[in-house]
Amino acid sequence: MSRIVLDEERCKGCLLCTVVCPKNILRQSSRMNAQGYKVAECAPELAEECTGCTACAQMCPDLAIVVWRTVKAKEASR
Amino acid sequence: MSETLAFTRTPSVAETPTHYCPGCQHGVAHRMVAEYLDAENLAEKTIMVTSIGCSVFLYNYLRFDSVEAPHGRAPATATGVKRVSPDKVVFTYQGDGDLASIGMAEIMHAANRGERITVVFVNNTVYGMTGGQMAPTTLVGQKTTTSPAGRCASTEGAPFRMAEIVAGLGGVAFSARVALNNVKHLAQARKAIRRAFEVQLAGQGMGFVELLATCPTNWKMTPVQANEHIEAAIIPTFPLGVFKDIAKNAGAC
Repeated sequence: MSRIVLDEERCKGCLLCTVVCPKNILRQSSRMNAQGYKVAECAPELAEECTGCTACAQMCPDLAIVVWRTVKAKEASR
Repeated sequence: MSETLAFTRTPSVAETPTHYCPGCQHGVAHRMVAEYLDAENLAEKTIMVTSIGCSVFLYNYLRFDSVEAPHGRAPATATGVKRVSPDKVVFTYQGDGDLASIGMAEIMHAANRGERITVVFVNNTVYGMTGGQMAPTTLVGQKTTTSPAGRCASTEGAPFRMAEIVAGLGGVAFSARVALNNVKHLAQARKAIRRAFEVQLAGQGMGFVELLATCPTNWKMTPVQANEHIEAAIIPTFPLGVFKDIAKNAGAC
């Protein structure tokens, strides 16, 4: 399972990541950060669907997203 | 299963949080420039010339040596920097109010002379920093604080299409317009930024890249609406494409 790490203190809640995610697993959370922005989050129940495509991170103007991609054992052995 | 880092901050982008409004694509634009320069191992050789506008604090966000130019004069300053240090990679980073209005003379002449510099031009069709006044690139009908009824083509003229205008000048080796509104366009932008630096490194002439970006605050839209507005209204007026690209083997005197 690939995953994203979202730095909530950097996030400005613009939600551009949510519109580019091909799996639609990003959404606005109900949490606010110290800047007063309602931050984005990866829906925990859908987190497994993350493919590590990096679309959200490329779109993020504030470099708040780091993407970790997991290579499946079958692919890694190739 | 092994986990690899697929995307993280490139070393030339400082950790400093930016002052840009939520959804402002300046962050994407300068990150892509830094990613190219880091990938090519050019960061140590780079001198950037920053401009006036929302990008004025760029020297805090990118870890390159930099010169802050007076409003609009970045291509003239970059000319001087490049001519005394021809082995350096020199780029200017300018907005549309800076480049297409007060700096129109400087960009025209630097482009015509074919200075070996790269110009990164961020076009968001409005003066961002000063509060959303009409810029030379404002769309016909677009409401701004100085055109509250919308820009009128018969009194204020049509927006300047800088990438096409610059492409028409003799010293320019590469000129393109790209957008930052989706992943496909970001890939095109990455390619255009690379070419704009390659022509400088090959000594072929000026590399010019226009990036269409959003200004949600002054467009009075949410970031997501502004991003959709790029596709719906900005791209039809400012068509994307490469307007000039001289052959890779073309020489310079």
